[in-house]
Amino acid sequence: MKRRNFIQQATAGTALVTLGGLGLQSFTSSLKTSKITILHTNDVHSHIDTFGPEDGRNANKGGVARRASLIESIRKENPNTLLLDAGDIFQGTPYFNYYGGELEFKLMSKLKYDAATIGNHDFDNGIEGLYTQLPHAQFDFISANYDFSNTIMDTHVKPYKVFKKGGIKIGVFGLGIELNGLVDPSMFKETKYLDPIEISQDMTRILKEEEQCDLIICLSHLGYNYRNSETKISDLKLAAATKNIDLIIGGHTHTFLKKPTIVKNVENKNVLVNQVGCYGINLGKIDFYLDSNKNKAADGTSIIV
Amino acid sequence: MRFTHFIFLLNFFIFFGCKQEKLHLTKIQGEQIQITDSLSSNTEIESFIKPYRDHIQKDLDSVLAYSVDLYSKTDGDLNTAVGNFMADAVYSEANPVFKSRTGKDIDMVLLNYGGIRSILPKGNVTKRTAFQLMPFENSVVVVALKGSQIDSIVEYLKTRKRAHPISKFKLVLDKDFNVIEAKINEKNIDKNKVYHVATNDYLYNGGSNMTFFKNNDSLYVLNYKIRNALIDKFIKLDTINPVIDDRFIQIK
Repeated sequence: MKRRNFIQQATAGTALVTLGGLGLQSFTSSLKTSKITILHTNDVHSHIDTFGPEDGRNANKGGVARRASLIESIRKENPNTLLLDAGDIFQGTPYFNYYGGELEFKLMSKLKYDAATIGNHDFDNGIEGLYTQLPHAQFDFISANYDFSNTIMDTHVKPYKVFKKGGIKIGVFGLGIELNGLVDPSMFKETKYLDPIEISQDMTRILKEEEQCDLIICLSHLGYNYRNSETKISDLKLAAATKNIDLIIGGHTHTFLKKPTIVKNVENKNVLVNQVGCYGINLGKIDFYLDSNKNKAADGTSIIV
Repeated sequence: MRFTHFIFLLNFFIFFGCKQEKLHLTKIQGEQIQITDSLSSNTEIESFIKPYRDHIQKDLDSVLAYSVDLYSKTDGDLNTAVGNFMADAVYSEANPVFKSRTGKDIDMVLLNYGGIRSILPKGNVTKRTAFQLMPFENSVVVVALKGSQIDSIVEYLKTRKRAHPISKFKLVLDKDFNVIEAKINEKNIDKNKVYHVATNDYLYNGGSNMTFFKNNDSLYVLNYKIRNALIDKFIKLDTINPVIDDRFIQIK
């Protein structure tokens, strides 16, 4: 197992954090620290088996059965774990051509995925093809900017979901990429694409104010960054243009990041943007530590990536 | 002073806000874990996948036809046996689909040389062969182009000088790569006629610099994968023996 650990101090609040912590040790009853682990994949593209020894730079990597044991061991270490996928579950190996995504969904259910968003390739057998496989998925599909109300998928996709883990409320909302020009209209039918930034503003307001979430995660299939386009929305642009999002888990661009990117949002607060390549070669793991010490509010959060 | 103030606050939280205690994010730690052979496989997952895998392997390896020789895209000058086989298969398998939906016939086929992803090996031909020849998911589309626009295809082929697979189309060049003959379905190209050109969605969208498809009269999406056209052709044929012919040649 190759673990990448880069230490980066994102804010200068460490000294204060430590001080605050010392002063409070006598009041242990209410000062419990909670750890939430977020595990994530993206663009697995039906890669169920491990790559063969001849598969170039991917040789001997990936494989669902290995990912399963890794996730199991992480869950044993911290039961307060969420497992998320950022879309493009379908298409890429004969498993999809033969079974239309059935095995992908069944395995993700066995691995106890909590939620997934919808990628453009998840329409590859048409919106009916996706709908047909839904009974095999024991996890939720979340997408806030695809309006499915005039399609067969209506009511089967939630804009967001709130998870409670160890007393912590985690709000997760989904975002999908513009389908026009990317997917044949006969495949996505009357699915309407809505503006990701506007939708994110609504979602973060609902999750922060109405649902009172402690953590807000955006599960996105927008793509990490488009260097050649100033206008095309991406995870980096979304992070900078919104507020109250703690983590954006991305997909679509098959971006292998050495470490999560830290972006300043409109309030000059840190947002983590992460993506783990494709084909189930990597598993992303982000640990959030929260506690109830009020003094820490102004001190900022240390980010170690 | 500060300390007592804090105790007050703390009590306030315990007594009044205990149910909805405000939490603060103190630390975030991120890492990426590579899935390598140092991880053990979950045996339950492995045995769940096995019957699916076995079925696919068996099906991929079931023999559909017999190939009399090894056909490679590097054998041939401006047309190759394997390229001719693929373009002809797209014509013969996609035309009935197109005709049943539109009442029209495909006039010609144009694919790309780079889209032939492997050799057609000698011996047993299986579905796996089709996946190797065409691992991509591209589908057949039919584009309606005016006769005058076919000139762009002719121009493209004569300047590229590559064995891009064609069917029902004939192009003869002289030693200086000037066009001697250009015919669709054995007839001269009529500038005012609309021709239905079958290709794949990748090329339609400008792949291999084929920019001439976008400016079209109509587009017909058949939802029929190139690979499936090859598989259907393999099933129909017992013996595969394509040849290099005179559809695209240079007279020196």
